[in-house]
Amino acid sequence: MAKVIVYPPTSMILSDLVERMGHKALVVPEAVRKLVTANEIDSPPLNVTPEEPKKGLRYAAVDVPSGVRGRMALIGPIIEEAEAAIIVEDPGWLTGCAGCSRTNELVRLLIRTKGVPVLDLSYPTNDAEARVFVQKIRAFLEDLL
Amino acid sequence: MIRIAQLSCGSEYSGIQKEIERAAETVGAKIVYPEVSLEDILNVESTFGVSVSSGDLNLAIARAVRIVQNPDLADAVIVMTCFRCAEAAIIRSEIRKYIHEHSKIPVLSYSFTERTKAETLLTRIEALVTTVKYRGLLAREKQKGLTAGIDSGSTTTKSVVMRDNEVIGTGWVPTTEVLKSADEALEAALKTAGVQKEEVSAIGVTGYGRFLVGKHINARLIQEEITVNSKGAVFLADAQKGPATVIDIGGMDNKAISVQDGIPGGFTMGGICAGASGRFLELTARRLGIDITELGKLALKGDFRNVAMNSYCIVFGTQSLVNSLSLGCKPEDVAMAACHSVAEQVYEQQLQEVDVKEPVIMVGGTSLIEGLPKAMEELLQVKVTVPKYAQYIGAVGAALLVSGLLED
Repeated sequence: MAKVIVYPPTSMILSDLVERMGHKALVVPEAVRKLVTANEIDSPPLNVTPEEPKKGLRYAAVDVPSGVRGRMALIGPIIEEAEAAIIVEDPGWLTGCAGCSRTNELVRLLIRTKGVPVLDLSYPTNDAEARVFVQKIRAFLEDLL
Repeated sequence: MIRIAQLSCGSEYSGIQKEIERAAETVGAKIVYPEVSLEDILNVESTFGVSVSSGDLNLAIARAVRIVQNPDLADAVIVMTCFRCAEAAIIRSEIRKYIHEHSKIPVLSYSFTERTKAETLLTRIEALVTTVKYRGLLAREKQKGLTAGIDSGSTTTKSVVMRDNEVIGTGWVPTTEVLKSADEALEAALKTAGVQKEEVSAIGVTGYGRFLVGKHINARLIQEEITVNSKGAVFLADAQKGPATVIDIGGMDNKAISVQDGIPGGFTMGGICAGASGRFLELTARRLGIDITELGKLALKGDFRNVAMNSYCIVFGTQSLVNSLSLGCKPEDVAMAACHSVAEQVYEQQLQEVDVKEPVIMVGGTSLIEGLPKAMEELLQVKVTVPKYAQYIGAVGAALLVSGLLED
């Protein structure tokens, strides 16, 4: 079993495919769940406190907007944990979205420069492409076993 | 309950969402989020004019469009994005303009960091709420009866006594102990007016120390300085009808307020850099060995282009001025360079955030430093008006507004 990060990092479709193939999907909702199920809720709705942007300094400099650093406090540790990655280009918001384009760019860069196996895919636009899309993911994940 | 629609990107990930809601609650308002559909978000290119890469910004745009389509959804709007995000800065400004042009809803824009606290937002949100809540009071154009106003500022405390639409007494003292300074300023104003405190029907208070002073003197009106100053400015400049822009460069912060018929429509409040404050000019005057009251007249004789300013910073900018003097620059050029530096920073950082419409009225003690309005005129390429009693603007606004409460 490998720990696989997906991009966009909020994609439930991609994480479901990873889990079905017996791997662990690394996604943002899980990081958010850890925060919101903590004993104390300091800052609803996500329970991100001003401490998170400071933790995000590990991944982005202080002159990077606080919203990017706050997001990176959630996504950065996941990238560090990843042993493989699936990156979908131009996925559209319905597939998943960090809400911030600058964060998306930084996440893609950090994944690619980490040196783990990466599967690059284009988002399918029709049924035939979707089948190929799933087959490629399956083959990639099988190789990781 | 006043409903403030929050159109933002990044506030929840910066950990400041709770602070925004706390600031709203403190002034009796509630933050709301206009509901939009996915289709609304996908259509912002056609409804608003542009769709951007960041999903949360598109969501903020879709919410802005929704509010313009249905103004009953909110009483006021706050547009907030991360400080230093270029994409967000463009959209924040465009959303503000869009709402300002297409609705009558007051709008405030602000860029935050993770250090933004409820206290930072309080005056801004209080002003937004006042604009909605006391629209009738703010529309008041004349002062009636005998009232007084106190502006408890960070550097100076000002007071005026007004009778039937005329300023009849003024008092001005440096702020040391907040309550003592307020008492002294009021006493001075009463003395010059020739009236006793007991004769005054009501007192209005504004400025940083407003809560403390207001309680101390049992004030009838305790109000933040954005609405009060804009009211005082248009009253003194005789610009109560139509648009106006009020610029107030204070000792500790600056305000740029876009006013329509005497009521603030949009505003910004700076307070990050001392280089854009009156303090910078005080330091310059001290370095030139002159009194602050002489700096403006000296600046009028100078040319800022003769001095190389490398920074707006109160430390490094002052260093540039000192270097220039050592290189033989004339004191008048240095004085004007300081005025230009302050004006330029306010122009670059704040006046881009409001719609600058004539008349442009400069108020506050710094407006009396003649070089500053002149530098602002050169930058804006419009005539800048400095009304009589410009340094007492907050106190005048408070005395005017509190007289409205007496009638009600």
